[in-house]
Amino acid sequence: MAAFDPERPWTLAPQVALRREPFGALAYHFGTRRLSFLKTDKLVAVVQKLPDQRSAREACLAAGVTGDELPAYERALAGLAAKGMITDREAR
Amino acid sequence: MSETVIPTVRLVEHFQSGLDAPICLTWELTYACNLACIHCLSSSGHRDPRELSTEECKRVVDELQRMQVFYVNFGGGEPTVRRDFWELVDYATGHAVGVKFSTNGSRITAAVASRLAASHYVDVQISLDGATREVNDAIRGAGSYDVAVQAMERLADAGFAGFKLSVVVTRWNVAQLDAFKATADRYGGQLRLTRLRPSGRGADVWDELHPTAAEQRQLYEWLRAQGEAVLTGDSFFHLSAYGEALPGLNLCGAGRIVCLIDPVGDVYACPFAIHDAFLAGNVRDEGGFTTVWRESDLFLELRRPQSSGACSSCGHFDTCRGGCMAAKFFTGLPLDGPDPECVLGHGEPLLAGRRRTDVPRPAVDHSRRRPPVRTCDEDPLADLHARG
Repeated sequence: MAAFDPERPWTLAPQVALRREPFGALAYHFGTRRLSFLKTDKLVAVVQKLPDQRSAREACLAAGVTGDELPAYERALAGLAAKGMITDREAR
Repeated sequence: MSETVIPTVRLVEHFQSGLDAPICLTWELTYACNLACIHCLSSSGHRDPRELSTEECKRVVDELQRMQVFYVNFGGGEPTVRRDFWELVDYATGHAVGVKFSTNGSRITAAVASRLAASHYVDVQISLDGATREVNDAIRGAGSYDVAVQAMERLADAGFAGFKLSVVVTRWNVAQLDAFKATADRYGGQLRLTRLRPSGRGADVWDELHPTAAEQRQLYEWLRAQGEAVLTGDSFFHLSAYGEALPGLNLCGAGRIVCLIDPVGDVYACPFAIHDAFLAGNVRDEGGFTTVWRESDLFLELRRPQSSGACSSCGHFDTCRGGCMAAKFFTGLPLDGPDPECVLGHGEPLLAGRRRTDVPRPAVDHSRRRPPVRTCDEDPLADLHARG
């Protein structure tokens, strides 16, 4: 799997379901049968904004992620990308 | 299960106080089985005449879809002996509820294997309790090893990658862990080890079959070395008290994030706890499964902070959390004390000191009074039709 690039456009993978929880959300991938935890509401908002933003970084900013928080959120997205939970929208 | 790291909330606390819907649940579709494994946790054998109908099962799936339960683990008994089994699998996956099912492999024909390989929403667990015919068949019955291996061959031939080879670890097979791994690898499957519970008929053989303290240590080291390559379903969290935690949530999810629906629709806290003490309600009750999950007295009680009793002063409590509720219950130990297999040895004097009368008997038993005539009968229900 390609490394996560926050400058590229991303989206939730088609086989992934999100379920809102008091702590954030659960994400389940029906293909790999893996479960991930989105541990803050803000991360859920970031993931939900991915399809409408030109890059993952813009999705973070649009969801209210501050400059200080950005590295942690990009690491979280990189983790989701590594597990196939989010995919590059324009990947060949 | 691994997680995305944003160091904010302690997820475990959320899970211990319960979710509005289970993440997944075990759903035993029938008590009928063509095998008679000596450690069967649901004491299966005969079908129960009150088992849920096809329509009733579909209504439960509808509820699970509304609750966004991600997947069900169909089991039994042998779930594939239900005539509507594939209909229910299709119905669930068609309603955004993923399916894993556990089988002894007897109905995994080449055609079934091809069909499974074509679906991304169905996963299969083949049960095998010995890496050799001799060890397996002593637990699961004559012929069962060959049937399971044939099923794995058919899945591999059909191109089904990543099915699970599901093994209950016992004193008889604990020396075969590498051989199990090799078997799973050979057929393109993934090994899944689970803990022997003293549930169902397992209560009768637990004293003889549960791994010794030395074997538990060996198992822990082996699992640590495997990392996430070997699945455990969070089965061995009591072993985490040896040191570093094993992969997974390491908590008891009973009635909090998981539960069991049995073939007659009874909802229990977990698959290893088929007993009135852990019965929360029935899916046929008013309000259905949703109300049982969200409002039953038992589940609400399980979601309150639990007393850790004798374990509260133990430095390892944060890792093992007192172990498995069902293991304690069915060995006659207090629920707020140590696990019978506590790695510090705190369970052993309690086990030695209990009286037979302290040990609850499983309340539900569908065992056959005699073993099946032929374990690999072409029609696993033939025996049932005969007795009417």
